[in-house]
Amino acid sequence: MASDAGLVNILRGITLDIAAGEIAAVVGPSGAGKSSLMMVAGGLERATSGRVEVVGHDLAPLDDDARARLRRDHLGIVFQGFHLIPTMTAHENVALPLEFAGRADAFDAAQVALVRVGLGHRLSHYPAQLSGGEQQRVAVARAFVGSPRLLLADEPTGNLDGATGKQVMDLLFELARSGGATLILITHDMVLAERCDRILRIADGLVVDDRRTPHALAAQ
Amino acid sequence: MNLAYLRLAVTLARREMRSGLGGFRLFIACLALGVGAIAAILSFSRAVEEGLRADAREILGGDVAVSLLYREATPEQVAWLGKQGEMTRWIDSRSMARPVKPDGRTALIQLKALEPAYPLYGAVELQGGGSLADALAQRDGVWGAVVEETGLKRMNVALGDQLKVGDATVELRGVIVREPDRGMNAFASLGPRLMIPLAAIAESGLAQQGSLLTWEYRLRLSPGASDLQTIGRMKAEFPEAGWRVRGLGDAGGSLQFWLSRLTQFLSLVGLAALLVGGVGVGNAISSFLTARLRTIATLKCLGAPQRLVFLVYFLQIGALALLGVAIGVVIGAALPFLAQSAIADLLPLRARVDIYIRPLLTAGTFGLLVSLLFALLPLLRARAVSAATLMRGAVVGSRRVALGELALIAGAAVVLAGFTVYVAPDRRTAAWFVLGATGAFIAFPLLARGLMWAAARVGKPRLAALRLALANLHRPGSPTPIVMLSLGLGLTVLVATALIEGNLREQLTQRIPRDAPAFFFVDIQSSQIADFEKTIAAVPGAGKLEEVPSLRGRIVKIAGQPVTQAMVPSDARWAVDGDRGLTYSATQPEGSRLVAGEWWPPDYRGPQLVSFDAALAGAFGIGIGDTITVNVLGRDIEARIASLRRIEWQTLSINFVFVFSPGLLDKAPHTYLATVKATPEAEERIFREVTDRFPNVTVVRIRDAVQTASDVLANIGLAVRLIGLLSIVAGILVLAGAMLATQRRRIHEAVVMKVLGATRGRIAGTFAWEFATLGLATALASLAVGTAAAYMVVRNLMNLSWTFLPAVAVTVAMGATALTLAFGLAGTLTALRQRPLALLRNE
Repeated sequence: MASDAGLVNILRGITLDIAAGEIAAVVGPSGAGKSSLMMVAGGLERATSGRVEVVGHDLAPLDDDARARLRRDHLGIVFQGFHLIPTMTAHENVALPLEFAGRADAFDAAQVALVRVGLGHRLSHYPAQLSGGEQQRVAVARAFVGSPRLLLADEPTGNLDGATGKQVMDLLFELARSGGATLILITHDMVLAERCDRILRIADGLVVDDRRTPHALAAQ
Repeated sequence: MNLAYLRLAVTLARREMRSGLGGFRLFIACLALGVGAIAAILSFSRAVEEGLRADAREILGGDVAVSLLYREATPEQVAWLGKQGEMTRWIDSRSMARPVKPDGRTALIQLKALEPAYPLYGAVELQGGGSLADALAQRDGVWGAVVEETGLKRMNVALGDQLKVGDATVELRGVIVREPDRGMNAFASLGPRLMIPLAAIAESGLAQQGSLLTWEYRLRLSPGASDLQTIGRMKAEFPEAGWRVRGLGDAGGSLQFWLSRLTQFLSLVGLAALLVGGVGVGNAISSFLTARLRTIATLKCLGAPQRLVFLVYFLQIGALALLGVAIGVVIGAALPFLAQSAIADLLPLRARVDIYIRPLLTAGTFGLLVSLLFALLPLLRARAVSAATLMRGAVVGSRRVALGELALIAGAAVVLAGFTVYVAPDRRTAAWFVLGATGAFIAFPLLARGLMWAAARVGKPRLAALRLALANLHRPGSPTPIVMLSLGLGLTVLVATALIEGNLREQLTQRIPRDAPAFFFVDIQSSQIADFEKTIAAVPGAGKLEEVPSLRGRIVKIAGQPVTQAMVPSDARWAVDGDRGLTYSATQPEGSRLVAGEWWPPDYRGPQLVSFDAALAGAFGIGIGDTITVNVLGRDIEARIASLRRIEWQTLSINFVFVFSPGLLDKAPHTYLATVKATPEAEERIFREVTDRFPNVTVVRIRDAVQTASDVLANIGLAVRLIGLLSIVAGILVLAGAMLATQRRRIHEAVVMKVLGATRGRIAGTFAWEFATLGLATALASLAVGTAAAYMVVRNLMNLSWTFLPAVAVTVAMGATALTLAFGLAGTLTALRQRPLALLRNE
């Protein structure tokens, strides 16, 4: 990957297929390349070589704007740091991707999404007026509001306490499963990882382990 | 507070300042710009004043100057003046000079007919050297003359050619390089200076009863004699002489008046720029202190009291303000040296450019007071930052200001306002300025709130980019208030100065009626009037000829009280100092309208009535039915005021302060003034015919007169515009600072929008809408506030009629919108180029 300091090999040859509807956890030590993997999958960074295909689209020939449109139409992303726009209300934050898509019902759909994450009474609150858990639930609502086919979640509970984190994760799993979306969850939390269908361990830019979880095997 | 405490504060402040001046470049630039402008203006003005003082004798032409309008001093007066020291005299008049050679062109000149003793101080420098006395001496029965270089071209003559001045013939023998007592004539004269000997005047026939000329007398006092004492004795000896007497302190005459007014106007505009910069100072301090929030909270946690926190940051900001002010003072002191050569030609005297302490101190004080005013609020807020900030990450600035703190800020504002008024030569104007500035500082935040209120309630437009832009306008932390205040104040100053200058220009040029007369004729003798009428009538294309009898008279009594005892306000003194023109008429003159009383019947032959200028009547405190006594040719004429007229001087009709009822004055000897309208083709012929046949008649082309005034105004206008531009530069600095302060937030927004699927075009579009709306709203607000300010100045301080100039309005609106858009988008481009990784990584 290109960086200010020159080329850095962060992901050094990862070959990975994640099927539609699959819920996969990506684990590994800090600096292993987990976040970079997500950035590349989300089209936020370009891989210097290799091929990345997301919901049937090869990302390589797509320019910045085409990738933005791809995210708008098919992807939802949740960050550890929430990344809500502080000057917009919860309602406005959630409506934003739909507004970009030119949806006339952006605000109605956003309201439905917020009600679904249990924040129907917090529509006009600004992020600073919400607790961390509430902020993350707004972020989850924003990620799901466009019914994405791929959900990327980067340590979504990293900034939350245990109980709140669990609530958010329950919500995330429920929304992913009910919408049939693929979910790639980056986490340090092995308990959380075990709740997914598949666990990928990354170390030093390589996939060192790839296994199905017991509950996924049981479901099969 | 003990010394150890102060030392601790200084130590802490010094440690804090290790991080450098990075965030304070704009702060320092804002201060340096405003202080530099004021310091430069005041320093240069002082240099001119010093020049005036140093060369006072040359500029005045003597130790004491005596001017008499229209008439000569009596032999008794001349004898008395001659006893006070050396005396010289001359006649100053607008006249026509006609080249004798056939291809010469007759031209209006500013005649000075002088005695050999002229000048008493300094010397008239001629091209190629030589003495004035030699050049003017009579040779082979012909008097000499010298002229300014422009005169040669205008008349198409060369040295050695002969000219007719009235009926006298003179020979051109020199070109004037420098006239020591040129003074304000440099601005006011319509034609080039022509000097001839006073002895030639007798031959010229120009000095007739009632001719429009000034007799000037100058005295060189014996060593040790005081000009003021001499003037005192002069007034005691001839209390009713009706002359204008000036001493060395008054050498500049109207130049001094204009200089002090212009200086004040320019320094107030400079102060406005400084105030705009003050907003930037406040912003810089606010964002600096916001960045220091954790440090302040840590200091508090470790036990620092509010007072210490305040002191630590006050010291830092004080040091930076001193730096900014010092840079400004250095710039202000240096600029006059650099500008000297460029401005020298525009000035009628030698400016003594030097480093003067007082103007620099004044400018520096302004800088420090403005810094204090704008630093107080953020400093007081920082002082109150809670130690708990460390835990919660609260935001500074949300706390309400306590009453005591507000009083402190108001106190600083009052000190600044007081200082502004105190140092101003014209305190009334300065007080108006303070009022206007206060109004603007209240108006813009209110207008910004109004805009935010409106943006929140305008509904949801279908266009998503516009909807987002409107939402951005009213969100918490939106740049709306700061952009409106910084850019708005700067633009207001620009709009106001542009409109004031435009109105002045309009007054002189555009306001000239389409059917204004082409010529103004002065000193037509009674014996010539019939012939004159015939001459004009014979020219095809000559329009309406308007003639008005013209006499000279001096007001001696107002409502029965001698003028010497009457209380006459200073702005009406001109009317009682010396002779004024007056006329008589059976009918009401054009270009005036009655505001009180009635015009007399056309065939009125009763006791003497007079129609008087309404403005002067107000100043004298008299009205209908009061009497006014005027001395005409030695005889006191008492007249009762029958009507008051408001005179529209701009119509360029002939108009007089006094219009008497006919009966008495038509028997007194008098001359005529006349105007004539003419087609452009007829103008040249009228000029030729009149100057050929009536050598004593002075012909003024209205267009030339207006041009001369416009030229003077253009130079002043340039200075005003330059200084006005400074305020917009200050506004841009502040705007840039404000944009920079919100840049981090904007980058974050742009990145998050990208993640959510917004294309670059859409992000840029959203920001563009936001900035365009903001720019346009700011422009409209500035236009309203600036127009109101200009209106007040033009109507109330200058007493002129007002025209709104849409071109100025549109230029400002477009400029402001473009500017905001450009600055906003420049920041947005940076935001769009950001790679999301760094920002989105888990923190």
